[in-house]
Amino acid sequence: MRRLVAHQLFWPAVTLVALIVVSAVANPGFLRIEWVDGHLRGNLIDVLNRAAPLMLVSIGMTLVIAIRGLDISVGAVVAISAAVAALLIGGSMDATAAQQVSRFPLSVAIASALGVAMLCGFWNGLLVVKTGMQPIVATLILMVAGRGIAQLITDGQILTIYYSPYFYIGNGFLAGLPFALFIAAVVAAAVYLALTHTALGLFVRSIGVNPVAARVAGVRSRLITVCLYVFCSFTAGLAGLIVSSNVKSADGNNAGQLLELDAILAVTLGGTSLTGGRFSLAGTIIGALIIQTLTSMIYSIGVPPEVNMVVKAVLVFAVMLLQSGEFRGLILGKIQRSRLPGTMA
Amino acid sequence: MTTDVRERAGKMPLDERSLRGGLAIPGFARIDQRFVPLAVTVSLFVVMAGIGGIRYEGFFSPQVFLNLLIDNAFLCIVAVGMTFVILTGGIDLSVGAVIALTTMVSAQLVERNGASPLWVIPLVLAIGAAFGAAQGYLVQRFRLQPFIVTLAGMFLARGLCYLISTESISITNPVYSSIAQARMPLGGDASISVSAIIAIAVVLAGMWLAQATQFGRTVYAIGGSESSAELMGLPVGATVVRVYMLSGFCAALGGVVMTFYMLSGYSLHAVGLELDAIAAVVIGGTLLRGGVGYVIGTLFGVLILGIIQTLIVFEGTLSSWWTRIAVGALLFAFCLLQRLFEARRPT
Repeated sequence: MRRLVAHQLFWPAVTLVALIVVSAVANPGFLRIEWVDGHLRGNLIDVLNRAAPLMLVSIGMTLVIAIRGLDISVGAVVAISAAVAALLIGGSMDATAAQQVSRFPLSVAIASALGVAMLCGFWNGLLVVKTGMQPIVATLILMVAGRGIAQLITDGQILTIYYSPYFYIGNGFLAGLPFALFIAAVVAAAVYLALTHTALGLFVRSIGVNPVAARVAGVRSRLITVCLYVFCSFTAGLAGLIVSSNVKSADGNNAGQLLELDAILAVTLGGTSLTGGRFSLAGTIIGALIIQTLTSMIYSIGVPPEVNMVVKAVLVFAVMLLQSGEFRGLILGKIQRSRLPGTMA
Repeated sequence: MTTDVRERAGKMPLDERSLRGGLAIPGFARIDQRFVPLAVTVSLFVVMAGIGGIRYEGFFSPQVFLNLLIDNAFLCIVAVGMTFVILTGGIDLSVGAVIALTTMVSAQLVERNGASPLWVIPLVLAIGAAFGAAQGYLVQRFRLQPFIVTLAGMFLARGLCYLISTESISITNPVYSSIAQARMPLGGDASISVSAIIAIAVVLAGMWLAQATQFGRTVYAIGGSESSAELMGLPVGATVVRVYMLSGFCAALGGVVMTFYMLSGYSLHAVGLELDAIAAVVIGGTLLRGGVGYVIGTLFGVLILGIIQTLIVFEGTLSSWWTRIAVGALLFAFCLLQRLFEARRPT
């Protein structure tokens, strides 16, 4: 039992289960899953589907945070990728479903959107590695300029997409489950395999624990750092495709708004330390699910959605304090002084 | 004396070799290198104003330049508070949300509860200061990262706005509208608003606080090295809390000024303003690492952001999103410049 409690994923998992239980109590239909029109439908499926973009971005963010970095430009990259895809696909409202043609082949549009996103990541990584800027500052530049670039691409308008094959990414179903979920699962599995079956996991940990020692020991930390920033932007690019496909349009100003904060929150909730080195991929996915379940719960139990932000803020404060050694020391000291049996030790 | 040096530095061409620590041009070497980023900022402003004056008719009127201050008064006030936070090596992402909360609380109390602005304004200033102090306490006492604490603070403040009302509340109170319309003539056709006067007062107070008080010296010392400051016996803990309190207060004051400007309370006021404020501070020559920078530089940072917008308006054919791209490019240039200086400093 003690080992279970001490496990890294214990508290995130308990939080998620507690949220699902509360949702199920408040809304009896929450756990029901039905088979409708050849695919599964229900609140839980909906949560998974909506959490997919956040999961993707959070996976990328986990790796960047694991090497003591931070990428606050992901929201802007989502907007850029969505804008590129929408521009290259285009389409017109008059065409019927059968006549719809994309301006460029779908594969070209998707590849370009992801390519541009990776270019953004390359820029971030290069700034961090070559100039030695703090990661927050280096990615702040793209965060500020990125939305301007996205609006430049869309000419300041919300580009609507009229091409139904593209909608499959965000709205389609494969084997009864939302297609977006498969994208997230494939990326998560690939990252998991790369971390556990190659030396990458070791390298990432060593850079996060002590960048200087890692470099001295011969880890090619600069190359790895750049690659991880590129990967983080790649996940943001994928999220941009899903989001734009889901809402069938690209909005340079609002697509992916505040996504960087949600992603950092998901990573923190999952038990990844913001000081680097200690990270958990599974924890991040649970963290993303916690955020989406919380949002859905707030909508479904009829609490005004405005409370959402306050709840999120309180959650971040709580998680932050629990991660702080000083705070735990303070609480432990109080507990010991009042001679209560210490449960946290 | 310092102004004299600064003015001369402003006219000096920027030689890259001198930045890299190679040969220094005569005259350049005599300036304390701490002033160089500031000199770059001031000369950039002069150059941009020059370009505007040459390209567009009517650009060189006093009112155009006064409008820079009038339209960016709240940004200026917030950026002064942010300067102190960044000087200690921290960051405050909650300022935009605190502005929105201030406009919302003011509008709610004045319009819906009929309270007098005379006690509403001190109340919102106190709320802002308390909010900042709480964040500072978390940062200082529990060794939490300022970035995350103020991020959560941003969520909290915006969330509280939504709790008050999701819709915009317009302010019709005569005190607010008369302050909003008041203009102080400055000879000729030029005039200046109350908000701009408050902004100038805040900049002057900030300069005094940073350069002439024990608090200011402690702030610079913490930014230089927190552990050294601690070992010297400086009140590090109390100062960090007070710096965030100052930033919260400035944000609330910026919020009050914004209620004069917008005459409404709205939870979506000042979205992303924290980024503009950080950009203004960085462009003003303050190092994000902390320890180096000047409040007057921040004023010029704000003016540069303002003049970019003015230039784009005068140009007429460029769209508003070019502002963001230009600000991003400037941020990039200044961060790079900062790195050149840091590489040169003996550590």
